[in-house]
Amino acid sequence: MNRTLLAVAAVGALVLAGCSSELPAEDGGGGGGSSATDAAKSEFFDQAEFDRQLAFREASADGPADKPWEQMIEPALVDTAKFAKPGGGYNLCFSNAAVDNPWRQVGFRTMQQEVEQHKEITKFTVLDAEAKDDKQISDIQSLSGQNCSALIISPNTTATLTPAVEAACATGVPVIVFDRGVNTDCPVTFIHPIGGFAFGANGAEFLTEKVDAGGKILALRILPGVDVLEQRWAAANEIFADSELDVVGVEFTDGDAAKTKSIVSDYIQREGQIDGVWMDAGATSVAAIEAFQDAGVDVPAFVGEDQQDFLRLWVDEGLTAVAPTYPTYQWRTPVIAALKILNGEQVPSEWVLPQPTITQDDVETYVAEDMPPLHYAMCGCENMPGYPGPWK
Amino acid sequence: MKRPAWRPRLAEGTAPVLAVLVALLIGLAIAGPAYDSVEGYLALLKRAAPLMILAIGQYFVIVSGGFDLSVGALVTAGVVIAARLIGGDESATAWVIVLVLAFGLLVGLVNGLITTKLLVPSFIVTLGMLLVLDGAVFLWTDGAPRGALSTAFRQFGRGSVDVPLLGEVPYSVLILLVVLVAAAVFMRGGTGRALVAVGDNEQAVRLSGGQVDRLRLLAFVLSGGLAALAAILLGGFAGVSAQVGQGLEFRAITAVVLGGVLLGGGRGSVVAATAGALSLEALFTLLNLLGVAGALESAVQGVIIIAAVAYASLGSGLRHRLRPRRATTTSEPRDPRQPASTP
Repeated sequence: MNRTLLAVAAVGALVLAGCSSELPAEDGGGGGGSSATDAAKSEFFDQAEFDRQLAFREASADGPADKPWEQMIEPALVDTAKFAKPGGGYNLCFSNAAVDNPWRQVGFRTMQQEVEQHKEITKFTVLDAEAKDDKQISDIQSLSGQNCSALIISPNTTATLTPAVEAACATGVPVIVFDRGVNTDCPVTFIHPIGGFAFGANGAEFLTEKVDAGGKILALRILPGVDVLEQRWAAANEIFADSELDVVGVEFTDGDAAKTKSIVSDYIQREGQIDGVWMDAGATSVAAIEAFQDAGVDVPAFVGEDQQDFLRLWVDEGLTAVAPTYPTYQWRTPVIAALKILNGEQVPSEWVLPQPTITQDDVETYVAEDMPPLHYAMCGCENMPGYPGPWK
Repeated sequence: MKRPAWRPRLAEGTAPVLAVLVALLIGLAIAGPAYDSVEGYLALLKRAAPLMILAIGQYFVIVSGGFDLSVGALVTAGVVIAARLIGGDESATAWVIVLVLAFGLLVGLVNGLITTKLLVPSFIVTLGMLLVLDGAVFLWTDGAPRGALSTAFRQFGRGSVDVPLLGEVPYSVLILLVVLVAAAVFMRGGTGRALVAVGDNEQAVRLSGGQVDRLRLLAFVLSGGLAALAAILLGGFAGVSAQVGQGLEFRAITAVVLGGVLLGGGRGSVVAATAGALSLEALFTLLNLLGVAGALESAVQGVIIIAAVAYASLGSGLRHRLRPRRATTTSEPRDPRQPASTP
């Protein structure tokens, strides 16, 4: 009987471990199958920021049209003369939040290649925080003592990393923050694409155009509680609420293809028909499409992302689809910004990059048959000297 | 020991899970319009096949007195390795399948050898293996899987074949049937019975000349091999993903426990463990059809595992009191404290 008790205790421990690592910490903004219909506003919804991002989509960007990573929307330029250090021989430092997903991998490779192109950068020091706040805090501290000419930070989380970024600013090194933000304006520039509200809205607006009134929409999200993803859903939720569309389900997939496919199959059975699928990220879009194919029904209007596997399927099957992007070319911009700052050139205090959407009209130009399935098309890397080697 | 005359019989603990399964299937038929035809149930079986195969592997280990926590990580590793090696090249399919299966057997062998030769509890060995595999996969892929599976590789998990009377039967269902029949036959045979005996009373088996270490090793190797097979089916079902195996070890254990298999070993049938896996999958499908939030899945698993183990721990005494006549009709009523018979 002792053995049984031990075994029970062991499995009990497993249950706890499973719960703490897999269950969403809180149910942000209407998760779960049936609660979707009440269309309550997400707590992550911010009307002012939503309006600002939607306006940015229409604004024309300054800078070369064929190099969106150098473009800026409504820039408020700041003087950087005090950081000027002409002559090259730069030691560029980078504290990276993580490289734990394909998006960050494509981005980081693009950044490395950007650094390669500039002979003035003689040293590129990178510390990877492995998605841990505490590691990134100590990474930033350790980089402060390594004679960096400029420090690039891609924060793991916003609030926790703010003091560390402030401390780095205090050492006098020009600090450049990109991707996720921090709650301080001490960095010289904060670089990011338009944002999550615009991303979510692009997909939701597409569905309101392509799906007839009363059509059934299934929304697939990765997980709750991550601000960039919550913003995407908050915007889509807002647009669906004002539309005639019927959101029949909002489900979390954990980014798992098998789970996604099962969920979509269940909904096809339960609802009889799904007229549109909205996703907050495209990594499992192909699995979701396969669920329709395997059920023997037409693939409805789909919102994916700029991963190659989705784009290929879109073209091959002639789908009705759209791909909002969170462009990986933004990883080139911090390096360019660092060099501008070290040259004493002006940079915008908030560097807003354009955030293109791939549509029916231009999808074929983004398909690259020989690239890996999870390569992000919007890397702005096709004309870089080493392409495509490092990205494969 | 005198053998009772053969008649169709269910091993102890099989009846409750079959009752649960039938109830769930009836629930599905009422709740989902797709479950009024054979296709609907075949689709359910297809989706449940990988978990059922994992449950069979887990059964071998649990019934012989161990745990295998490494199967989820092994599934992930199998899919990621296959995708990287195939890289979309059809001609590589055959040898990569062989390699993935061999990798599974090898991981099982290592688990088994460390458990039996170094006398480390299997819970710790396989937990360590889980972490090692997770870390190795992360290191090798930098956190994002690369490459792609070939169409031929995906056939096993995604495709189907035309069978007379039944129509289109998924390959994964056929593979599952083969594995299940083989496992049931194996457990009826001498080695299978000895495996249960090891879980029941290791000392008695040793004293009567049984090769305890070799039997346990076999259980781990089978579990590893079946996990690799599940990886091939899961990779085929949904494609490459670094999350494919997450939490599967826990699901497999839940399924086995739901099937009435005693944790710690010595009692339970492989058919019941498989039925437990199908019940679990049917339950999740039913919950989804009824519109219950997906986040409840973990909670439901937790409740099931506690209830099933509590039911088993209350022991045969309660069951016999509830159904007094059953003791006389069961083929092999056995006090779990007594050593099991070895052939």
